[in-house]
Amino acid sequence: MSAQHPGRDAVVAKGWLRAHKWLLMRRSMQIGILAMFLVGPWFGWWIVKGNLAASRTLEVLPLTDPFVFLQMLAARHVPEMKAVIGVLIVLGFYLLVGGRVFCSWVCPMNVVTDAASWLRRRLGLKGGHAPHAATRYGVLVAVLMTTALTGVQVWEWVNPVSMLQRGLIFGFGLAWVIVVGVFVYDLMLAGRGWCAHLCPAGATYALLGRWSLWRVAANRRSACNDCMDCFAVCPEPQVIRPALKALGQQHPVILDSHCTNCGRCVDVCSQNVFRLGSRFNRSEQ
Amino acid sequence: MNVPAKPAANALRRRFLKDVAGAAGGACLLALGATVYARQARALPPLAIRPPGALAEEAFLGACIRCGLCVRDCPYGSLTLAALGDGVVSGTPYFTARDVPCEMCEDIPCVKACPTGALTHDLHDIRKARMGLAVLIDQENCLNFLGLRCDVCYRVCPVIDKAITLEKRHNPRSDRHALLIPTVHADACTGCGKCEKSCVLPEAAIKVLPTRLAQGASDPHYRRGWDEKAKAGGSLIGEQVQLPVRGLEETTVPGATP
Amino acid sequence: MSMSRRDFIKSQALAAATATATGAAVIPIASAAPAPGEVRWDKAACRFCGTGCSVLVGVQNGKIVATQGDPDAPVNRGLNCIKGYFLSKIMYGADRLTQPLLRMKNGQYAKDGEFTPISWDKAFDIMAEKWKAALKESGPASIAMFGSGQWTIWEGYAASKLWKAGFRSNNLDPNARHCMASAVAGFMRTFGIDEPMGCYDDIEASDTFVLWGSNMAEMHPILWSRITDRRLSHDKCQVHVLSTFEHRSFDLADNGMVFVPNTDLAILNYICNYIIQNKKVNLEFVKKNVNFKRGETDIGFGLRPNHDLEKNATSNGYPGADGKPKGDTGKSEPISFEEFAKFVSEYTVEKVSKLSGVPADKLKKLAEIYADPKRKVVSFWTMGFNQHTRGTWANNMIYNVHLLVGKISEPGNGPFSLTGQPSACGTAREVGTFSHRLPADMVVTNPEHRKHTEEIWQLPDGTIPDKVGLHAVAQSRALKDGKIKCYWTSTTNNMQAGPNVNGEIYPGWRNPAAFVVVSDVYPTVSALAADLILPSAMWTEKEGAFGNAERRTQFWRQQVKAPGDARSDLWQYVEFAKRFKMEDVWPAELLAKKPEYKGKTLYDVLYANKVVNKFPLAELEKVNGHAIQGYMNDESKVFGFYLQKGLFEEYAVFGRGHGHDLASFDVYHKARGLRWPVVDGKETLWRFREGYDPYVKKGEGVRFYGHKDGKAVIFALPYVNPPEMPDKDFDLWLCTGRVLEHWHTGSMTRRVPELHKAVPEAVIFMHPDDATKRKLQRGMLVKVASRRGEITARIETHGRNKPPVGLIFVPFFDEGRLINKLTLDATCPISKETDFKKCAVKVSRA
Repeated sequence: MSAQHPGRDAVVAKGWLRAHKWLLMRRSMQIGILAMFLVGPWFGWWIVKGNLAASRTLEVLPLTDPFVFLQMLAARHVPEMKAVIGVLIVLGFYLLVGGRVFCSWVCPMNVVTDAASWLRRRLGLKGGHAPHAATRYGVLVAVLMTTALTGVQVWEWVNPVSMLQRGLIFGFGLAWVIVVGVFVYDLMLAGRGWCAHLCPAGATYALLGRWSLWRVAANRRSACNDCMDCFAVCPEPQVIRPALKALGQQHPVILDSHCTNCGRCVDVCSQNVFRLGSRFNRSEQ
Repeated sequence: MNVPAKPAANALRRRFLKDVAGAAGGACLLALGATVYARQARALPPLAIRPPGALAEEAFLGACIRCGLCVRDCPYGSLTLAALGDGVVSGTPYFTARDVPCEMCEDIPCVKACPTGALTHDLHDIRKARMGLAVLIDQENCLNFLGLRCDVCYRVCPVIDKAITLEKRHNPRSDRHALLIPTVHADACTGCGKCEKSCVLPEAAIKVLPTRLAQGASDPHYRRGWDEKAKAGGSLIGEQVQLPVRGLEETTVPGATP
Repeated sequence: MSMSRRDFIKSQALAAATATATGAAVIPIASAAPAPGEVRWDKAACRFCGTGCSVLVGVQNGKIVATQGDPDAPVNRGLNCIKGYFLSKIMYGADRLTQPLLRMKNGQYAKDGEFTPISWDKAFDIMAEKWKAALKESGPASIAMFGSGQWTIWEGYAASKLWKAGFRSNNLDPNARHCMASAVAGFMRTFGIDEPMGCYDDIEASDTFVLWGSNMAEMHPILWSRITDRRLSHDKCQVHVLSTFEHRSFDLADNGMVFVPNTDLAILNYICNYIIQNKKVNLEFVKKNVNFKRGETDIGFGLRPNHDLEKNATSNGYPGADGKPKGDTGKSEPISFEEFAKFVSEYTVEKVSKLSGVPADKLKKLAEIYADPKRKVVSFWTMGFNQHTRGTWANNMIYNVHLLVGKISEPGNGPFSLTGQPSACGTAREVGTFSHRLPADMVVTNPEHRKHTEEIWQLPDGTIPDKVGLHAVAQSRALKDGKIKCYWTSTTNNMQAGPNVNGEIYPGWRNPAAFVVVSDVYPTVSALAADLILPSAMWTEKEGAFGNAERRTQFWRQQVKAPGDARSDLWQYVEFAKRFKMEDVWPAELLAKKPEYKGKTLYDVLYANKVVNKFPLAELEKVNGHAIQGYMNDESKVFGFYLQKGLFEEYAVFGRGHGHDLASFDVYHKARGLRWPVVDGKETLWRFREGYDPYVKKGEGVRFYGHKDGKAVIFALPYVNPPEMPDKDFDLWLCTGRVLEHWHTGSMTRRVPELHKAVPEAVIFMHPDDATKRKLQRGMLVKVASRRGEITARIETHGRNKPPVGLIFVPFFDEGRLINKLTLDATCPISKETDFKKCAVKVSRA
């Protein structure tokens, strides 16, 4: 075990590629989604138009982001059907695969905060104080309330999540300041501060993830050698303990809706304790 | 195991309360900050024009989800999605008439693209769009006010003869030429900005402004007599008696009844 | 600007002297030279349309930095249209041509070579070689020149001498052939003398304006604001506008009429019929001043002889089966007034209203203003009449109307043919650069005219060929047929402005048999289709003179140097003449009549002839020193004498005493333009009327002295269908024309960023119902096609022009959308002017 270099043992045991399998798949997915938005403006191949707030794929499939949709409703705007259909499709999808799959597999901000987290570990930075993980729900409520009060989507003025992706597709302006702000915050002030503690979009998706079918399970938890690498890399480390150490539950499936299904714990475990699979597969080896 | 747990539980509870308070406080601060920032940034710069069918600015900022689909579907590349620092609310669509005006597509693709109706789907006739209002803002430099025959703004107007007309006046300086004064009519101007784009001066003498900046309002306590008469098709008080004038019996006085 | 007392007295004295000498207004321009870096102001005529606005040109450090409308100029009083406003920018486009470019391959000229910079010397070498070969092998008929109404007066005159006397070829035509040849033919047929009798002062004196196929609101903007002012300030004033589509001039119309193309002929006959039926003929005037004639009618449409319409025509003048010409297009027989009355009697309001689509009450309102003896009427027309397969007729027929009621040749009354080019009148018409003309309205087919010209030009008898040369459209056809071997165009852009580009012009220019030279200032589509491009000087980069539509001749001095190796067209012609020995161009028997010319060059005979080179260089300062101290122009410097003055004074001899009197060269350099005939130091505003015109003697009242009997002619001419009309395959009329922002082919105005931005591309103006019917909408890119070609452009259904259902209008300024690929090369068989206003097209999705 090494707090600065989690996953070293896994690389030795499984080889580099297998020790980064899920990470590589996630990055490919994040880049792939971004690329689909970008080949339009760059090359004129219009696969997807718009951005993550709302998009149209191949001129037919509408998709709408639930958190943005929620803000719009809070601003008392009655949307057109297109936005409603779009949000229903998105809701259905994340209900199945897990809400916070958005955070780790789609959201481009994830790359920024992962990078901050990696660097913070590497530099061995310990300072700062992360707010309570529940703060994000506070932010969510506050965002919706102020939106309702003002009638305008105030959060979208500063929302780093939508701003980063929009910036990449439509042009940044000064949006990079906010992105760098989040990076510095995560690096210097609060490890995993943004995604795991503050982000109201993540909070919304977490609410969706309660019943999702796709889950991480510590199905070989008996093999755990307590190296703590999984805790080191996990963006929401509190979700592991119940499943791995049987605290408050018997089965090895991580049911906490904050788990982003990022699969990083699977990668870094030299003992192959974790796997990704159905929430109903509670078998152990 | 139970006994020593108590103080720990208390401590835990205390810490939890502290955290929640902190979280709530932090969230409130963050939201408040965003609100104050939003308040300040909300006023649209006068030269940024919203796409056709955009709801009133307040409602628009509640309805627009900053997806950029209208920008993508504009066939002329007129629309821009504001980036942070542009002076326009980040992520919302606008155009600057002087750069690329709205070409007033008959099928209004930007409105069709809007998933939320921030660009209202009730707009079917582009000539009913009210993006802003053109104002001939600099009468000292406008070439037509000087008597020259520019009138480019008039001829490029897609609602020519309704939104802009040329009002004819005598040019007292040349004494033989007319001044053809471009005159904007708010009841027909869509605010597309073709006039501003085409103005040949280094700084446009005609500009499209948000209607609230461009237009005054009339007060109902005073009516324009001539308009009312025209509307009624005759004097509002009916025919009146008029007596002939001594010495001028044969002369017809304007408005006199025979 | 500082000015010494002596300078002041000198300039005042000079002004006073010239004012007394000419009786005309002169500009007392201060003579002090501006300090270096200061802006020097001098006068010039606007480079664009035929209105002839005067501008002041501001020069600083050898560059034109500003212009202003001349506030004292009678035409424009300091005003300009938006093109004139940008005059200072037209010479400074980034792609000015600055060196000769020859198509070359492996160091040699090659028809399919790449444009390669060469020296003037090399350029003239290859030209002279080609010219000499062509003259030797195929004779003078195998070389041709296409010039323009934008030539300065002396450029046109020098070209005319070079061609008609030097090379002995009448294959010289100006692009004015496309523009107002019908007006010329109309004037000559009706009055026997060219150009309008009235002037712009008619506007302030008239009660009624009728626009016949003229969109003055856009094409003559400054005149339009004068008409607008008259309409505003004069209670009785009415404006009637006729066109085949609704345009900007309808904005002022009291009576706007959209008629079916070509039915203007029927409307004109209806007006005559109305005047006669209502007994409003000015019998006294008609009896004294008018003859009646019936014109030849089956005259074809100026198409190629193998066209069905021409095969069947009995009097198109083309060779018949027996090789002799079939009839004469311009022939006419005398008839009586009663016969004329009977001829027009079939043109009743019912019939003409049905034919033209104009409601009967509107037609009556129009006829009434001509008939009303208390109402003064000026009729204006431009390309609607002139670019017409019956253009000469249309011109004749508007004179019919004015002559019947005697509303002519007096302030506020008269027919007024406007021109589109700055010197269509001054150069193309007055100098006579047409293939059938000589200076001062003379023609090459008249032996006396040729003799007179040869005398003035000091040529032996029989130098000038007696056959009419190839006109514009005939030149294109001859190029395609391989009959023209050498072709030189200047100040024009026929590859864009000529008709049927695909079918005739482009194949002609790229015909390997032809060597095509284009003198131009920018790489126009014509220049790029040539074999040799010569870089020209433009506007105030040379000393110049234009003549506008009201017979006003205006001069300007050279203000700045042309860029790089660019040279004026005048220099090009005179210098090129040095390349030919008389033996190269004249047959021995002709040369034998003037043995002293043996061994001399064309330059010696045409330009160094003791008349043209009469004025030494010192004259330049003498004539122009009041405005520019130490004045010198580039051509004079090269040739060693005041070339422009010599050419002008030789040319002016033609007109003086013949109804075309020009003032002396020096006066024009001090005046704001003068309207000819300038006789006894006075301008002439109205011709043919006693008291106004020095050629009409006391007691004569009115005399149309162009004809020997002093009478004008009223022609009985019918309505006929045009050669191509919409049918089921090509179901729309196409009308082409201009927009205010761009001038002609846009080679100057499209290089002004502001004008380009204002109107970046040509659009198709179409009725909204026509668009809906074809499932098209505004802004859509569509294809418009005729039997001859197609282009794509965007559709405008709510623009400045509002065509009726069944007609589209497309401007021709846009070289990216060459609408003249579609137009038909049909001409008026008399004037040979192309009809750009009607052919059949279809529009579909691109």
